[in-house]
Amino acid sequence: MSEWTKRHLLDVEELSKEEIEMVLDTARSFKEVSSRDVKKVPALRGKTVVMLFFEPSTRTRTSFELAAKRLSADTINIAVNTSSLSKGETILDTARNVEAMNVDAIVVRHATPGVPQIFAHNLKSSIINAGDGCRSHPTQALLDMFTIKEKLGRLEGLKVGIVGDILHSRVARSNLMGLTKMGAEVTVCGPSTLIPVEIEKLGAKVSYDVDKVIKQSDVMILLRIQKERQKDHFLPSIREYAIEFGVTTERLKQGKKELLIMHPGPMNRGVEISSDVADGEQSLILEQVTNGVAVRMAVLYLVLGAK
Amino acid sequence: MLLIKNAKIVNADGVSDKLQDILIEDGKIVKIGVNLKADGYQSIDVAGKYASPGFIDLHAHFRQPGHEYKETIETGSKAAAKGGYTTVFCMPNTKPPIDNIALVDFVIREGKRVGLVNVYPIGAVTKGQQDEELTDMFEMHKTGCLMLSDDGKSVNNSQVMRMALQYSQMVGVLISEHCEDQLLSKSGVMNEGYFSTLLGMKGDPVVSETTIISRDIELAYYLGCRIHFAHVSTKRSVELIRRAKVDGVKVSAEACPHHFSLSDKEIKSFNTHFKVKPPLRSEVDVEAVKTGLKDGTIDCIATDHAPHSQEEKELDFDQAPSGMVGLETAFALGVTELVSKGVLTLTQLIDKMSASPARIVGLDKKGKIAEGMDADITIFDADKEWEVIAKDFASKSKNSPFIGKKLKGLVIATICNGKQTYA
Repeated sequence: MSEWTKRHLLDVEELSKEEIEMVLDTARSFKEVSSRDVKKVPALRGKTVVMLFFEPSTRTRTSFELAAKRLSADTINIAVNTSSLSKGETILDTARNVEAMNVDAIVVRHATPGVPQIFAHNLKSSIINAGDGCRSHPTQALLDMFTIKEKLGRLEGLKVGIVGDILHSRVARSNLMGLTKMGAEVTVCGPSTLIPVEIEKLGAKVSYDVDKVIKQSDVMILLRIQKERQKDHFLPSIREYAIEFGVTTERLKQGKKELLIMHPGPMNRGVEISSDVADGEQSLILEQVTNGVAVRMAVLYLVLGAK
Repeated sequence: MLLIKNAKIVNADGVSDKLQDILIEDGKIVKIGVNLKADGYQSIDVAGKYASPGFIDLHAHFRQPGHEYKETIETGSKAAAKGGYTTVFCMPNTKPPIDNIALVDFVIREGKRVGLVNVYPIGAVTKGQQDEELTDMFEMHKTGCLMLSDDGKSVNNSQVMRMALQYSQMVGVLISEHCEDQLLSKSGVMNEGYFSTLLGMKGDPVVSETTIISRDIELAYYLGCRIHFAHVSTKRSVELIRRAKVDGVKVSAEACPHHFSLSDKEIKSFNTHFKVKPPLRSEVDVEAVKTGLKDGTIDCIATDHAPHSQEEKELDFDQAPSGMVGLETAFALGVTELVSKGVLTLTQLIDKMSASPARIVGLDKKGKIAEGMDADITIFDADKEWEVIAKDFASKSKNSPFIGKKLKGLVIATICNGKQTYA
């Protein structure tokens, strides 16, 4: 595999094992750029990258913007208030308007699954999915895989636990698809109400026992529990979640010393993760953020250079 | 006055063994025979094609008043005639909802003015479809309602439904229930199952449909009342209705062409034309709906013709409205998915599309080609293959998930009340 052919990055499912490796390899070389004094290479000079966000985001948007800027692309942020959209203009109208200004790539986030696919079908620009509803968040999965591989040297054969609100998590879905494709064994863990039906068919093992997952895992990815889940009857209380599923230093003692803890952010300290774990030696949380820029540089570079 | 010549007459009870002529006078079939002579009559020679009783749809949305940008009684009637329909029942979730005699009367008069199909308004069960106060059922029935429904949603309040069933039984009007427990379906946009998990979409579970079906079966059993179930879509629903019939509960049920033709795997395309309520279910459910049609658990086929504008369907999957047009593809889907695949015979399909719906609502002059019956007749070619093309729809809206598909079975002409309404 020497040539990248995909003009879009829509989800992890569409990437082959070789393509995932290629993103990770490319990211490795770009990571060094961000540690330089002059954090810029001319790879995408003259290209325009638009961040078209229909859902609020600070981290992912900033990460993409830095990635594009470090590759010398011109960037624009467009935050669209979807409530004003429902009348009149459709999302496709908005995207067509953006494209009419001759942009090269559109990084899109939307609360509804499939919007990046619809854009890719209807537009000429490269489309990069920065999160579509509860479906997919491919760059997050890629940066998580990059981070794990950087630490442990491999993905194949690793046992990864993903803990939290699996039902509403695009991070969980994308990591599950990506990690299993790369040969890791993924267990999803959380309250039964927050595990989607038939997820076993996507290759996941299911557990409701976080202690068991801690004991068996090489890596754990903890997910944010949103307060609304209590109101929507998914959980009796956030307090009970923290007691039953929250990862604490005490609990981690049952696991391997080298068990790695990850979190896509933003964290609820004291709920799914205790502060000492978040800030502890096993935590990779800030490295994930650092690597995010490198991985997004790799994605932009590959997609815009696609043959 | 009209003479149809050389037709192969197909009724719910069989196909004529020779080609026959059908003589029509004053909107009635007056004579059926071989080599009928009728000097001075307009005559149509159908040259051996099938003639069946006109199709009857117990479930369509003509959107008028209020949503004329999607469909009107006129454009809906044209679509119906093109699809071989001669009688269409229109759901009351218009704006305002059809919940009083003035609106019932408006729909009937507009239907007659257009004059292409027999348009029967379905009245709302509750005022404003608000699930609180019953509508004036006696008055609406006298004005022309044969059915009532709060379609678009269930009558969620069980006490309201109990009263509605008891009262409507006295009036002699049938309630058609859209079965969906909205607390369970919540914001679901597709069937809850493997594909909703794969796609990260909010799921509407089978149980949102079956809890209401179960409740209504129990109410109908307890009260000794009739009830009709709209758009049955799940395996479990079919099982519950089958059991209810064995128990002697007076239930009838309809299924829609999309629920016996398409499964939830289609949502992978993110094409909003596949978004519908109840949602497209799993392949197991699709097979169960077919079995239900075959064994008689499901009495009839209804379209749930639900036009929406292109702008609305261009919204993202969560925001786009549910529903698809169906009048112009229903018969062909029946032939393609049921007759060609050995689920139903052609006569059974005609039963499901004409005789059975006529029985359910008590239209005793419809649903059969026989002397003395209404001259509502559909002429079709059961073997003709054709491609569904967006611009060919007579409906004002083109939101069909079947665009681009090749189907078998084409309506050639439609005669309603003795008048040719499509050719």
